[in-house]
Amino acid sequence: MEKESKRHLIEDLKKQILGLQGYTTLSIQENSLPKLSLFANAFPNKNFPLEGIHEFIAIETEDTAASVGFINALLSALMETGSPSIWISSSRNLFPPAMQRFALKPDQIIFIDLNHQKEILWVLEEALKCENLSAVVAEISELSFSQSRRLQLVIEKSKVPAFILRNNPQQVNNTTCLARWQIKHLPSLLPDGMPGVGHPSWSVNLLKVRNAQPASFEVAWNGTTFQHLNQVQKVLQPLKKLQAS
Amino acid sequence: MEKRFASIWFPFLLTDWLCIRRPELKKCAFVFTAPVHGRIIITACNPLAASQGVHVGMPLADGRALVHEIEVFDDKPDRNIKLLKGLAEWFIRFTPWVAIDAPDGLVLDITGCAHLWNNEAHYLAQISNRMLEIGYTTKLAIADTIGTSWAVARFSSQENIVPARKQYYALLPLPAASLRLEQPTIERLNKLGLQKIAQFIQMPRSVLRRRFGENLLNRIGQAIGDLPEVFDPVIIIPEYEERLPCLEPIRTATAIEIAIKKLLEQICTRLKNDGLGLRKAELKGFRIDGKIIRTTIGTHQSSNDTDHLFKLFALNIDKLAPGLGVELFTLSASKTEPVVQPQEKLWLTKSGLQNPSLSALLDRVAGKVGPKAIRRFIPEANYWPERAIKKADSLTENNDLPWHNPLGRPIQLLHQPEHIQVTAPIPDYPPLLFIYKGKRHPIKKADGPERIERSWWLESGEHRDYYIVEDDQGCRYWLFRAGHYSAQNSRWFIHGFFA
Repeated sequence: MEKESKRHLIEDLKKQILGLQGYTTLSIQENSLPKLSLFANAFPNKNFPLEGIHEFIAIETEDTAASVGFINALLSALMETGSPSIWISSSRNLFPPAMQRFALKPDQIIFIDLNHQKEILWVLEEALKCENLSAVVAEISELSFSQSRRLQLVIEKSKVPAFILRNNPQQVNNTTCLARWQIKHLPSLLPDGMPGVGHPSWSVNLLKVRNAQPASFEVAWNGTTFQHLNQVQKVLQPLKKLQAS
Repeated sequence: MEKRFASIWFPFLLTDWLCIRRPELKKCAFVFTAPVHGRIIITACNPLAASQGVHVGMPLADGRALVHEIEVFDDKPDRNIKLLKGLAEWFIRFTPWVAIDAPDGLVLDITGCAHLWNNEAHYLAQISNRMLEIGYTTKLAIADTIGTSWAVARFSSQENIVPARKQYYALLPLPAASLRLEQPTIERLNKLGLQKIAQFIQMPRSVLRRRFGENLLNRIGQAIGDLPEVFDPVIIIPEYEERLPCLEPIRTATAIEIAIKKLLEQICTRLKNDGLGLRKAELKGFRIDGKIIRTTIGTHQSSNDTDHLFKLFALNIDKLAPGLGVELFTLSASKTEPVVQPQEKLWLTKSGLQNPSLSALLDRVAGKVGPKAIRRFIPEANYWPERAIKKADSLTENNDLPWHNPLGRPIQLLHQPEHIQVTAPIPDYPPLLFIYKGKRHPIKKADGPERIERSWWLESGEHRDYYIVEDDQGCRYWLFRAGHYSAQNSRWFIHGFFA
């Protein structure tokens, strides 16, 4: 009894601390995205936060492809409401037909291709002011702390999440991001003896989470939702047994 | 570029106009009259009256003596100018530059227009047929100068197209009156027996100037093309245009803002009453030093919302240089479309691409960085990866085509396939390893080949055999071999990266 009451007390205090730190608590229903529940545990209040910037660091060209795929998967969870999203970049290689693999409609995404960093930041801020978007994605390599703080203030008003993909940044500086992600490729899983390439699989590293501990996951995208990689293995094991017999 | 002009003469402008309104008059002789110095003078007569000897300038009493049952109508001053103005606006379909040539003609600057009707002969035939359908008799001519085309249209009976740089020879057989001279000069020329242009055009200039004045030399120069001639085109006023004259020349950004707001309010009220919205608008500022400053805006959805349109203009105010000051602003709507008035409740809940706040955002972005930066893609019926997507023209455009093989397409596609070195010992099997940017990638898993042929009706070249491969790190790539396998000189490329 004493232990439990103490635990309640500590949880209450933790919530109070989060509130004092300016971390507004949303009710669980308001923000329950079943597709993203896999990552929810890594965040405070066990809730995938959307009111802020998610930053993705990609060093190699291959990492960029993995990050773009992962962002697409996140977008598909957010775009279920039917609102469009905006993709801002300076040198876009994204090929819209492939977005269908991530349960997205490519024609619901508006691409804005720009040349200068200044223009990207201006358009990003303007886009985040528009409340009817499900998300804004920007490919930008450098983002200073003050720039990110400015974006954060806009987001707090409009509640539109921003995903910022930083390709080969010169330095990974402090920003106001809610989470800093790094996505790496993992070999795709297929039953032994089956030819071909399987579902996209990644090792997802949460390098930094505001008010929580870093974490890492091994996940695959099965066409509709995320799955733990070991669960994929479990599904595949019966197949292996069948093959053996 | 060499200029070409067409001159159109309406020999029976006023009477043709009345015949169109009252067809029963076609069968009787009638004239228009006006009082001049206390006498009633004929100002226009129809072909039937003309054939019986009646002509313009004759007193009505003489006309009555020639044709007993002549019908008489009162002429109003400047009625012909009004008619010509209407006709000039109608002729905008043949060329953007039409000028009125009082009292009974039009001049068209047809430089670069006639080829749209195949050639100049077709062009003229088209004009005269259309005019005849309406009910106007016309005589037309085309030449390099306004003067020659005017002369040929009125005084030449056969050839009505003067070839380029041949206006001198076209003028030779024509009478002196075809040079657009004053009546006294023509009379003096005729008195001296100089009936045709050929008889005096070679005379020394000093002689001509002494006897007939400077004007004759100017007219000859204009007809041949040695002297320039002013061409004063009819300007069609856009349907929605507002003007704001300023008492004092305006120089500050705040004042320009106020001017834009006022103009927008005026134009939006008019548009709202007509149920229309702006798609494109142009703001012009006329500076006191004679220069014109201008800026344009475009919207993705027709809009007559003053606040939104002002925001679009506000993005460009800093690019306007008022110089010494702006004395007149005009705002014209160059493109308007019916606006769908959103109902309040729907407006709030409507999501997706039709949402007004999204199109407002895109308008702002287009105003700042240019409309070309904004793209939305829809499928194109083409297997070739570079041509599988098509840029949508509007936010609502959609074709119901499916995306072709989305599972087999990479999330990142290189703009140009890059050359790679491979080890591929077995024909039509994926390679064992490839080297890209100096790094070795041993291949562990692969899918393919997927053969894609070129669109032979667009370009020639080799087909591509695509493979999806995964290396030992788990990175997935899209490779292809150009053409058929050959042990030594197969060319391999990398074209994309999978997620």
